[in-house]
Amino acid sequence: MQKAKELLNALGAYALLLSDVLRDILKHGINVREVSRQIILMGISSIPIVLLTAVFTGMVLALQTAYGLHRFGAKNYVGNLVGLALARELGPVLTAVMVCGRVGAGIAAEIASMVVTEQVDAIRALGGDPVRRLVTPRIVAGTLSMPLLAGIAVITGILGGAVVAVFELGITWHQYYRSYLYAVQIRDVTDGLIKSCGFGLIVASIACFKGLRCRGGTEGVGLTTTAAVVTGSLMVFISNFFFTKLLIIIQFK
Amino acid sequence: MTTTVQPTVEFRNVHTRFGANHVHRGLNFALQPGEVTTLLGPSGAGKTIILKLIIGLVRQAEGSVKVMGQEVVDLDGPDLTALRVSTGMLFQGAALFDSLSVFENIAYGLRERGEKDEDKLDHIVKERLRMVGLPGIESKLPSQLSGGQRKRIGLARALATSPKIMLYDEPTTGLDPTSTRMIDDLIITFAREQKITSLIVTHDIQSARRISDRWMLLSQGGIAADGPVAEVSENNHLVRDFVSGSWKEAV
Repeated sequence: MQKAKELLNALGAYALLLSDVLRDILKHGINVREVSRQIILMGISSIPIVLLTAVFTGMVLALQTAYGLHRFGAKNYVGNLVGLALARELGPVLTAVMVCGRVGAGIAAEIASMVVTEQVDAIRALGGDPVRRLVTPRIVAGTLSMPLLAGIAVITGILGGAVVAVFELGITWHQYYRSYLYAVQIRDVTDGLIKSCGFGLIVASIACFKGLRCRGGTEGVGLTTTAAVVTGSLMVFISNFFFTKLLIIIQFK
Repeated sequence: MTTTVQPTVEFRNVHTRFGANHVHRGLNFALQPGEVTTLLGPSGAGKTIILKLIIGLVRQAEGSVKVMGQEVVDLDGPDLTALRVSTGMLFQGAALFDSLSVFENIAYGLRERGEKDEDKLDHIVKERLRMVGLPGIESKLPSQLSGGQRKRIGLARALATSPKIMLYDEPTTGLDPTSTRMIDDLIITFAREQKITSLIVTHDIQSARRISDRWMLLSQGGIAADGPVAEVSENNHLVRDFVSGSWKEAV
């Protein structure tokens, strides 16, 4: 009962934080300079891990699908599966999880440290607003940079799959490219990128929320960081189902 | 005919609770304009919370906290911001913003107040740095400063908006005797020259004796002793015991 009450309190506080961010954007607009700084911090720093994750995911996907398709004499269709899987699901989801581990943890630790060293109280005491200064720029930057990273991940993953298809499976570049073009439509890519925007918002907002609720000194910072990564990653997987369902409903309406 | 001076800060029957922890159980006191008051009490008694109640960082469960005649819990948005801008606070660890230079730290409150004139900002920041005896370090980051310097920059930042009330949370904790003396002198100077109402939370009895007009002792959720320093330190047995270290209270 107590846990349920705490969960409801946390959900209410999270909803309030999001409404504060929305109100801040409507009232004060977006601090382009700070958002750009955050996009560079989040985006550039995440590119290496996103590239590595995507290229190896694409390569493994090509190997696994070729293994299955080979039984039906359909090995040439590897490009279809790799392209679709990466554009619609794996590119956005894996990018979000990696960014959650890299950037979400950073945001949560930074804000939590500011809470325990009273810097957040100092912002308020000086007449400032922690939401405007700390939360809004990070959430906007997360929402904008995630689809860019997911786009990079999709392209890199498809190229990784192509390398395996050509050098390991004996499929020509042309065949891979043709089968990819045949299966993947613009809609698949845009759906993936739309989901990425949602994941960016979720990862950044949960990290900020957890950071602001940090209690208990330096030990609390560690616990907050872990909680931000675990909750953020879980919410990416859970929300993925609902985003996918929603996009399918919109598509076939 | 007598005239009544409105207290700068007034607490009436204030109760604060954090979950099951009932911290304050009916606080009553008032701070008069220009008065320098030190709040003494054991660790965990809720002294810092009193400072945070004054600037609306914490809200009481019951009772009234009035600052310059305004009920703090009723303030929101620009009114609360105005109250905070007119109240400076020096935090225990200075709470300087790590990612901002000394200049930007000191200018922060002024920018939040809407000050955009860079020449004016530059003038005020340099003036405050001179006041705290640290001219020429505008471009340094907080990580490049010593503990004493951080406290003085925190003080300069709190004073940048020319506050009418100053709140000090353990201003000299962890500082060497020279830095302690320097901070004490600054507190006295600002309070006397600029008639700033000051409330200081400290465990440093020597400092408290040097800088205060009045002492209040917080005990078991209420004010157990209150009066001019000479009077309470000699005549009140609770204060005497607290100062000598022989006072035992279950907090």
